[in-house]
Amino acid sequence: MTPRTLRAWSWLHKWSSLVSTVFLLVLCLTGLPLIFHHQIGQWLGTEVVSPKMRADAPRVTLDQVMAVAHDRFPSKVGMYVSQEPDDDTVWFVTMGDSPTAATGLKQVAVDARTGQPLGEPKLDRGLMVVIHAIHVELFAGQAGKLFLGLMGLLMLAAIVSGVVLYAPFMRKLRFGEVRRDRSTRVKWLDLHNLLGIVTLTWAIVVGATGIINTWADLVITHWRNDQMAQMLASYRGLPPVTHPGSLEKAVASARAREPAMKIGFIAFPGTAFSSQHHYGVFMRGRAALTERLVKPVLVDAITGQVTASRAPPWYVDALLLSQPLHFGDYGGVPMQWLWAMLDVLTLIVLGSGLYLWIGKRSTNRKSRQKTASGSLARSCEQEVLP
Amino acid sequence: MRPALSWASAFGRLAPFLALWAWPAVFAVATVVGLVGALVGNGRWDWLGWIGLGMPTGAALWFGLRGR
Repeated sequence: MTPRTLRAWSWLHKWSSLVSTVFLLVLCLTGLPLIFHHQIGQWLGTEVVSPKMRADAPRVTLDQVMAVAHDRFPSKVGMYVSQEPDDDTVWFVTMGDSPTAATGLKQVAVDARTGQPLGEPKLDRGLMVVIHAIHVELFAGQAGKLFLGLMGLLMLAAIVSGVVLYAPFMRKLRFGEVRRDRSTRVKWLDLHNLLGIVTLTWAIVVGATGIINTWADLVITHWRNDQMAQMLASYRGLPPVTHPGSLEKAVASARAREPAMKIGFIAFPGTAFSSQHHYGVFMRGRAALTERLVKPVLVDAITGQVTASRAPPWYVDALLLSQPLHFGDYGGVPMQWLWAMLDVLTLIVLGSGLYLWIGKRSTNRKSRQKTASGSLARSCEQEVLP
Repeated sequence: MRPALSWASAFGRLAPFLALWAWPAVFAVATVVGLVGALVGNGRWDWLGWIGLGMPTGAALWFGLRGR
């Protein structure tokens, strides 16, 4: 590498890191508890737990479930009904003042076997809700998401330039060598390089899938306007349904259409995931991979008959498959702990990078070097060459 | 006749590259296999994920804490 290209890569590494580090530190710190959000919810007592019953215990109908939810919030209307992928004993009913309400949403958890209300998960407050809001959008809505996506792109630039710089820094060292007998600075430089290079691939994957997730709302909106609109073409111009028919009947039709799949969530007529005339029943597969994907079955809200069902386009599948790769929620508890450790190692890479920059700045000021070369490139020459 | 490039000299040129990148490449491949493997299935596939991600994590702890 010529001194000139070395300086260029050093410049890129320094500035892409410096601009994004504060935000990446926030993402790593808030991401850590989010890895364990289920366990933390159980510990805080906010996680809904259904009583143990026989696996084949009979189920109440979804119309009964909705009646229980309406009893609790008589002035609100149903928006969504959902189940966790790994627990079919609880229905979560989300309600609002209108099908398109964005605030004032309430949720009621109903036992799928007994029809008993199990709790009311808070959608708008609580520690984990705040941490999640910071992590996803810095309390700044879609603009916050896109901004964090931009910081993610800078992180990828910092990673790539860091890999390029790894070579000149490590030429005289064995893999994993940490020079503890030299200065603190040299020790942290070696640790920065070591931890950076071993966490490299994980950081790229989590960073890139995080960036993809910042586009989630835009992708879903595009899908709705494009493919979903085509599926509903024959209903265009009809007056909206004000009194939808039986939810149980609609879901039974969807189940009959896709007998091998299970219910992911159901959207009421008039919400963002249905039409003015349909229940949107979103089905999931049952295998590890297909459980992550959804297939919408649109059911006429009056007749309860299936209107259309079509697998989503590739970009929706890609979005849904990128999510577990960001969350680390697909390999049991050991995977969660590995995710947490890799998160902490990334924090150390970020922190040590910042420390090395601050340290270099102060030594540069003291020695008042006149050379115009970047400090990172200089430190590479100074510390690597004998 | 010009002698063909010998294996020894080819390896001689490759050696510094391998010394630098062999282990990083191993951890990169292990991470990819682990991340994708655990996504494909459960049970045995999850073990692939734990081993694949355990390797870079273990290396970080081993080399990072060694000789403290």
